[in-house]
Amino acid sequence: MMRKSRKESTAKLNQNGLTKRLLRLRVNGEVKEVATETNKTLLEVLREDLGLTGTKHGCELGECGTCTVLIDDEPVLSCLVLGVESEDADIVTVEGLMRDGRPHPLQRAFADLGATQCGYCIPGILLTSRALLDKNPHPTREQIREALAGNLCRCTGYTKILDAVELVVKGEVA
Amino acid sequence: MLRLPDFTYIRPKSLKEAGRLLAELGPEAMAVAGGTDLYPKMKRGQFTPRYLVSLRFLPELRGIRPGSKEGMWIGAGETLTVVAKNPAVNKRFPALAHAAGSVSTPALRNMGTIGGNVFVDTRCNYYDQTFFWRQAAGFCMKKDGDICLVAPKSKSCLAVFSSDTAPVLCSLGAVALLAGPDGLRKLPFEQIYRDDGMHFVTKRDDELLRAILIPRAAFGQRNVYLKLRRRGSFDFPVLGVAAAMALDREGICRSARVVLTAVASAPVVVEEASRLLEGKKVSREMIEAVAEAAAKVSHPVDNVDLDYWYRKRMTRVYVKRALAELTGLKLETEKVPQEPVKDEKGP
Repeated sequence: MMRKSRKESTAKLNQNGLTKRLLRLRVNGEVKEVATETNKTLLEVLREDLGLTGTKHGCELGECGTCTVLIDDEPVLSCLVLGVESEDADIVTVEGLMRDGRPHPLQRAFADLGATQCGYCIPGILLTSRALLDKNPHPTREQIREALAGNLCRCTGYTKILDAVELVVKGEVA
Repeated sequence: MLRLPDFTYIRPKSLKEAGRLLAELGPEAMAVAGGTDLYPKMKRGQFTPRYLVSLRFLPELRGIRPGSKEGMWIGAGETLTVVAKNPAVNKRFPALAHAAGSVSTPALRNMGTIGGNVFVDTRCNYYDQTFFWRQAAGFCMKKDGDICLVAPKSKSCLAVFSSDTAPVLCSLGAVALLAGPDGLRKLPFEQIYRDDGMHFVTKRDDELLRAILIPRAAFGQRNVYLKLRRRGSFDFPVLGVAAAMALDREGICRSARVVLTAVASAPVVVEEASRLLEGKKVSREMIEAVAEAAAKVSHPVDNVDLDYWYRKRMTRVYVKRALAELTGLKLETEKVPQEPVKDEKGP
């Protein structure tokens, strides 16, 4: 029933003529132009218009942290910011973590330690951790916990996630 | 996916233009700053604006001026992260820094503004649900329906006022600087709210919060905010206690204010606190009496997380802890408060 009403409402909106707009977004250092609906969230623009599906959608209501991206080096939820609000900002997604074709130390630490199980929350957690380490390269475990307090993980119990970030802090990543 | 319905996004260049647009477009328009309260509610069909007037990029709403002539000036568009980390706020008003820093999660504090938090929509288990859920359960009077599902005989909506920063601002005697068509108007935060879950703000629709002013009279006051919730992150308060107190050199209480949040549809000022404490040297017995008085005016209902009777009982405990912290008095059998959930090792 819900699916039907969704289809109906979409059809109705299309009749009304959803306004498309040309957005200029700076994603992972590249300027991209994309014509898209103004009511789309950044999450939808990234995934559907730019093909950057590394950013996952979870609750889409700001309750899980899964869709976290960096805007001007700060973790924000891409499900609650519009594409049109993200122009003129530096956006970093998990695809932008790689450096010179090599995974970021955080990515290597998460892989080495097996700090992911299903992996769905990990893009958001990697980006939140990167924002923390960029500002404070030597956080305590408590500070890591506080920084990650908005990212839910239903598999790992968080211990390995915290261990992985600490591994990078100690510079012990292979 | 939960998508946003269609709307027109307008980006005014000044606060004046934003106010004019909101006045012209009327009830079909809403202002948006951080969007952390508004967008989820649009996705769930609780808010259905056709026009969004963006306050996000307005420089007039930015800045914190810690020592202006009248007091501390905080731009309504500053994010909760900025307020929570500001050194001047932390030095003078640790209660406000703690309240702002306890809202939701780090990412949401990077987005949400303090202006948005003081006017955050009231909450209820029967209201904060998707359209599909509300349709199945039957709509409530706050949106689409005509009765209250918590208390069907209630004539007014009982949704819970859930701002963390507002009770602190009330306790410090802060003033809202409202920009309207006729210029700026000052309104004390204590007078901005009304105990009605649907119409909990008394300001006019064409008035926008430009800034918050904490008066100089509050500068020397000790202040504290304690928040009760299930998790140490994410959750809204299910009880919050803000207290502010001025003590003179002899330790005599010159002013005392205790304000509760999340136990009604507006912040609740515990009037007895001032009456019982002012002009006296605060004793343990007085703290007990204020806590008792606070519990009497605390009326949580069964419509948010945790049992309502527990929240009422905790009002007494939290008020005692807050006043103990302000006065430095040690309470018997009770430790000075800690944030809940501080298990280092994790589960």
